[in-house]
Amino acid sequence: MTGGLRAHVVVPERGVDVALEVGPDECVALVGPNGTGKSTVLEVLAGLLRPGGGEVVLGGRTLTRLPAHRRGVGLVAQRADLFPHLSVAGNVAYGPRASGSGGREARLRSSAALAAVGVAGLADRAPGTLSGGQAQRVAVARVLATDPGLLLLDEPTSALDVDARAEVRAALATARAGRPTLLVTHDPLEAVALADRLVVLEAGRVAETGPTTAVLGRPRSAFAASFSGLTLVRGTATRGGIALDDGGDLVSTTHTVPPGRPVLAVYHPTVARPAREGGGPERVVDALEPRDGLVRVRAGDLVADVTVSVAAALSLAPGERVRFVVPDSEVTVYEPPG
Amino acid sequence: MTPGRAPVPWWLPVPAVVGGLFVVVPVLAMVGRVDWGSFGALVTSPASLSALVLSLGTAAAATGIAFLLGYPLAVLFSRSRSRWVGVARALVLLPLVLPPVVGGLALLAAFGRLGVVGAFLDEHGLRIAFTTTAVVIAQTFVAMPFLVSSIEGALRVGGDRFERVAATLGAGPTRTFLTVTTPRVLPGILSGLVLCFARALGEFGATLTFAGSLQGVTRTLPLEIYLQREIDPDTAVALALVLVVVALVVIGASTLRTRTVVL
Repeated sequence: MTGGLRAHVVVPERGVDVALEVGPDECVALVGPNGTGKSTVLEVLAGLLRPGGGEVVLGGRTLTRLPAHRRGVGLVAQRADLFPHLSVAGNVAYGPRASGSGGREARLRSSAALAAVGVAGLADRAPGTLSGGQAQRVAVARVLATDPGLLLLDEPTSALDVDARAEVRAALATARAGRPTLLVTHDPLEAVALADRLVVLEAGRVAETGPTTAVLGRPRSAFAASFSGLTLVRGTATRGGIALDDGGDLVSTTHTVPPGRPVLAVYHPTVARPAREGGGPERVVDALEPRDGLVRVRAGDLVADVTVSVAAALSLAPGERVRFVVPDSEVTVYEPPG
Repeated sequence: MTPGRAPVPWWLPVPAVVGGLFVVVPVLAMVGRVDWGSFGALVTSPASLSALVLSLGTAAAATGIAFLLGYPLAVLFSRSRSRWVGVARALVLLPLVLPPVVGGLALLAAFGRLGVVGAFLDEHGLRIAFTTTAVVIAQTFVAMPFLVSSIEGALRVGGDRFERVAATLGAGPTRTFLTVTTPRVLPGILSGLVLCFARALGEFGATLTFAGSLQGVTRTLPLEIYLQREIDPDTAVALALVLVVVALVVIGASTLRTRTVVL
């Protein structure tokens, strides 16, 4: 099947109004804070939730008023939800049977799909005996066997451990090939591995969109910055870097924006060094938070991740003034895209 | 001692044991009154056998009808989000708390010769009251709520996530109902059927009121036992024992079934 997705999803009671396009062979990652409407968008596209308005067009076919079972839209959710009363092979054959295939053809498609995601050996097992990663790969095969015109992935690996994630991600890469795919994820690695393009939702609206690497490297929205682990600041371009809106300057060696333009800058919080004396913008510490063995220092628009011993040596505490020293080679200054 | 179990108050076993004896002693006492010498003859007399066959047949028919009507009802109750469902459920489950005699009167009012439905059927040559059909209707009326609430409970566990998965795989509502919902709630259906059958088998008040007590037509085992109690207490006790055995078999089968499901 070919043909891309064009959708406008409006669900007023959840504050969602999102317009999306996904190319015929494109994978788009939908990211955003919790409760911002990502799963709502997928439910509407799958036909599991009736929208308040908008339309869903897939490959020229209008799906807006079709029930879920007539859409040809496949969904892999966080939980595998394999039918417990059927074997693995029976689960994967369920879709072909439902769309009218005979038993023989359904079995063939079932074993082909299981082989495609590398779990052919599990065909006769009962779902209850599978590990989380195995079950999720079978769920991928089950969707693959229906040859969906649109593939929806709702946090497909978030319930799995790290090793299982890699296996499931490989299966997903197989499944997404040749069809439009929409991926909801909280994992930047997953977005990079699977998605060509990133759409950032904030408060039920599209806040930002662009190629995955561009959005992650030069984010425009606060969520996209935190998604890629960067600190995002706003200001005005100067000859050597950026004059921050909240006061102070950061110098960048890589910047090319003419002075005077409104710009954004990002740096990674681990390269910033708080100091009592010297240069760098001065801020009042808002909070100290433990974070992966480091201490995250939040002070207005600036953030630094330091070791516990550094934080102790500086005797940092909320309410105190501190200067932020950021190496000029680590600061990226750019104009907001679009 | 089993480790990791919260202790119960020291005095708790006293009322608990009394409660258990309260149920077991009368049944054992009745078993003690059985005249084993004539047991076989009493139980296989024509009147006894016809009552037993009628009871099993009508209870089976009532259970079948209750399933065909009650299962869809349970599905609607578990799926609907309307606030009127609460009212509808209370009305449908009314026979659970209604005295069976009252249920029999209600059935007479509806299906009796002068009743709302009965008058219409009578014009078309169909008489229901005081026939075997009336027995089945009375048993269905009284026993169906057990089946509905048992299946609805099973349906509510786990919500409808498997049904949603089936829809995204291309299965329409009917296919989903038959291939996903029904297998999933099968244990609930089985225990509902068992409860329903047991209740239908023991039905007395509504049957007597609505169907009367004609040997071979409407006189089921409980009615026969009540009648024999006046005439021949030995037969009554023997037949009562038969009902106890049937009840034990039914309950035993259902607990075995639940065990395997839990495992």
